[in-house]
Amino acid sequence: MFKFFEPNKVFAVTSKSIKYVLFLFIIVISIGLVEALILSPEDYKQSDAVRIMYVHVPAAWISLGIFSALALLSLGSFIFKNKIFSLIAKSLAPSGFVFSIIALVTGSIWGKPTWGTWWAWDARITSMFILVLFYGMYLLAWRIYEDNQKVIRITSLIAIIGAVNIPIIKFSVDWWNTLHQPASINILSTNTAIHSSMLIPLSIMTAAFALFSLLIFLMKYNTELIKIKNKGLNRL
Amino acid sequence: MYGKKVKLRFIFIASILASVILTVFLILQSLKDNVVYFQSPSEIKSLVEISKKKIRVGGMVKKQSIAIRSDEVNFIITDFKNEINVIYSGAVPNLFAEGKGVVAEGFLKDKNYFSATKILAKHDENYKPPEVKEALGDK
Repeated sequence: MFKFFEPNKVFAVTSKSIKYVLFLFIIVISIGLVEALILSPEDYKQSDAVRIMYVHVPAAWISLGIFSALALLSLGSFIFKNKIFSLIAKSLAPSGFVFSIIALVTGSIWGKPTWGTWWAWDARITSMFILVLFYGMYLLAWRIYEDNQKVIRITSLIAIIGAVNIPIIKFSVDWWNTLHQPASINILSTNTAIHSSMLIPLSIMTAAFALFSLLIFLMKYNTELIKIKNKGLNRL
Repeated sequence: MYGKKVKLRFIFIASILASVILTVFLILQSLKDNVVYFQSPSEIKSLVEISKKKIRVGGMVKKQSIAIRSDEVNFIITDFKNEINVIYSGAVPNLFAEGKGVVAEGFLKDKNYFSATKILAKHDENYKPPEVKEALGDK
């Protein structure tokens, strides 16, 4: 069934594509940073503090997206006993972890000049903090358990249970009173609360961060494939 | 199509997920009052008793209600149904302004008076350059 993901076939692709992805990433992040830091206008209320958004929001999106991917891959891995799914998830996790921390830290830096506080235990920030903990648990579990069968089962369970937190993060600003403002962009409707001159750098930065995740993923996944090869196995 | 074991694993993981979702839902339901970051003036009005504990009140700063006297700031938080007077001494955040969102942390004197120890500005989801804001008028 899942022949497409077999290591021998993808190794050729993953090892060659790294340099192209790196090249593309450098171009996109350069354009994105110039747009976000220099060309885009300041906000009518926050003035230059709004520029933190171009790092904060994409980082939060990517960290949520990657955790959702981890959960789906883990679900596939757990149900179909397909280890390749778990290896893909394992290689995706580190960049998601880093982006979730970036989202919290930049949020904190942004909170001080706008809200007047570094940290508030409101529903959005707390649930995001829990996401970081789940990422941490997931990555730690891969290091702690030696046994192949066991480590896949445990990490899959962590990712699947952690996925319950994802809709809570997304809807926390609608379900409860929070200090964090509600979402500006609704994928189901075309009108956004962000002016187009700010939406463009935001999109470019999101693309740049996604490329960065792809880059780290390819490097990590390559390493995993090489590990398998060194063990002299043709299959997992 | 799939083996018996695949089905069993599917049922196992589905039941784990269902119970985790149910547990989280029940916990959040029973902690409802603690999950909200602040209460609205209307919720304060409907309180049965005034607790001595620190609470947060949030809403909009009523237009033309800000009065600054030496080191004291007075203003009214409204949710357009009920309002509450806030007294605060100290620096307010940059985004604190009339007609904008605010969260005040402090103690209730009575249902109409709130003595704040900390003021947080709540900002909305709108981002636009100043020129656009001028063109659109003061919305």
